[in-house]
Amino acid sequence: MLGASLKEDVNQAEPQEEKRRFVLLTRLKQNKVAFFSLWFLLIVHFVVFVGPVLWPLSPDELTDVGALAPWTLQHPFGTDDLGRDVFARMLHGGRVTLLVGLCAMLFSLIIGTIIGACAGFFGKVVESILMRITEAMMAIPNFFFVLVALTVLGTTPVMVVVVIALTGWVEIARVVYGETLKWKEYEFVEAANAAGASARRILLKYVVPQILPSIIVSGTLAIAWAILTESAISYLGLGIQPPTPTWGNMLQNSQQYIWTAPILGVLPGVAITIVVLAYNFLGDGLRDALDPRFAKK
Amino acid sequence: MVRFLLNRFGQSIILLFIVTVITFFLINLAPGGPNGVMRMDASPEERQAMIERLGLDEPVIIRYFEWVGSALQGDLGTSFNSSEAVVQRIADRLPYTIELTVFTIIFSVAAGIILGVMSALKRGKATDHVINFSSVIGLSVPSFWLGLMLILLFSVELGWLPSSGVGPRGADFEFGGWLSHLAMPVLILSTTVLPNIVRFTRSSMLEVISQNYIRTARSKGAKEFVVLYVHSLRNALIPIISIIGVLIPRLLSGAVITEAIFGWTGIGTLIIEAANGRDYPLIMGITVVITLVVIVSNLVVDVVYSQVDPRVKNLA
Repeated sequence: MLGASLKEDVNQAEPQEEKRRFVLLTRLKQNKVAFFSLWFLLIVHFVVFVGPVLWPLSPDELTDVGALAPWTLQHPFGTDDLGRDVFARMLHGGRVTLLVGLCAMLFSLIIGTIIGACAGFFGKVVESILMRITEAMMAIPNFFFVLVALTVLGTTPVMVVVVIALTGWVEIARVVYGETLKWKEYEFVEAANAAGASARRILLKYVVPQILPSIIVSGTLAIAWAILTESAISYLGLGIQPPTPTWGNMLQNSQQYIWTAPILGVLPGVAITIVVLAYNFLGDGLRDALDPRFAKK
Repeated sequence: MVRFLLNRFGQSIILLFIVTVITFFLINLAPGGPNGVMRMDASPEERQAMIERLGLDEPVIIRYFEWVGSALQGDLGTSFNSSEAVVQRIADRLPYTIELTVFTIIFSVAAGIILGVMSALKRGKATDHVINFSSVIGLSVPSFWLGLMLILLFSVELGWLPSSGVGPRGADFEFGGWLSHLAMPVLILSTTVLPNIVRFTRSSMLEVISQNYIRTARSKGAKEFVVLYVHSLRNALIPIISIIGVLIPRLLSGAVITEAIFGWTGIGTLIIEAANGRDYPLIMGITVVITLVVIVSNLVVDVVYSQVDPRVKNLA
């Protein structure tokens, strides 16, 4: 049973993914800005995902205090142009915006990882085809592609996620491709290959876990990018359509009331900025933690 | 050099081919495809006539090759909505976008190098932190929101700058008016690339000043000023040329939003019109032209890079 014992050896040779993950967290803790961002994001996500359940007012219901009412205890942020509770809309809008960001990121990660890992691992024809497509997508300025895709595919929330993901995977594929090229040369991958593991198994069990930290960094930055893109396409009227609130379309809608009710424009704008800021800080912090060479000393 | 250029030319053709395939099939195979051109109130006969006139009754693959055939002869078709030649419409708009992006690059590179060098030389001090923090903020603010705030401040409140348009052109060109129209769009567009240039300059500069030859320069008694600005900066700047190539697609992307905010009649506002009007020939034309712009500018960047960096120059 030489094969079986070889396989066991291979399993032992699998690098200690567990340990690396802890190192990452310890290093991240040393970076105060990134660690604070992590906590801040956890709180924001908790608030927008649980908040709508606790806050009694609906984001679509018209209140009895009229339009553009100032803040009161019942309506902490006042009401909007149609007399809807702004606090409820901020909570629900945040939920949609962050969900779009998270889903688009996940989609991008899946597409990007598959394409990058396959191109790097299989080489030859697969590599040339996949990397040419990646390069072509890099040569089209994102926004042109997004605009065209949204007009033909429609602006439902699902399509917005899909279209953002269809442009977001490119960067991730490049990162994963580079890392795969590096890791596939290692002895433990060779050993797995010699032990007769299938290509799929080698990729999923041996190569991808090594790249996971880089994927997490890219994913964090991809969320930031997706949220910004969603708000930008909302500005052009091609994002998720009202009455479904998102921070992007609330911002777009607030423009006409910028003098009478500036808070309508300031709130979603500030919310988008600080969430994206926190994701960027977290992504940078994770990158520094992964590769101390880049860390600011 | 000739071999390098030929190689790049071949790659560019393949890239363009893939880009056109992706766009063409995205447009034509998506539900609601080109048939969306039709208005709701059109009678079945009118629809049929229109489908035949636009050649939409042929299979997609045939239409694609017909399109490629005429595109190779420099004919990108006729715009659905304005019945003008696509080439003409793009030629009218493209110079404005190029003007906007070129001035943005000049501004961002100048400001980025100054800030990046400052940040690197004051590493770990307050200046460094402020610059780093501001770069991340610049990357995180929705640019259209920042643009609206600037319009509120400079156009509405203070009345210093015009809020939209490309300014006086042609016969009544006037420098002051031109500059005041350009100022805010350039500032907003630069937020998409400036932070990257700052960060890149910072790390490039930090890497150079830790090199041995800089220590040698110091130990042979060169003045600190000369060490920093003659020995270090010159070498730190070379990689910055290469990052400009990477940032060009992002810059053109950002130009769409910037042009929309400031009513800048470039190719960004044209793609918005084309997309909203489902003007398929125009969409295809713009995609091809904008990809060409990216490819050509990347080629220029690479050629400049190979001429500036003696290490790359000798390799080629």
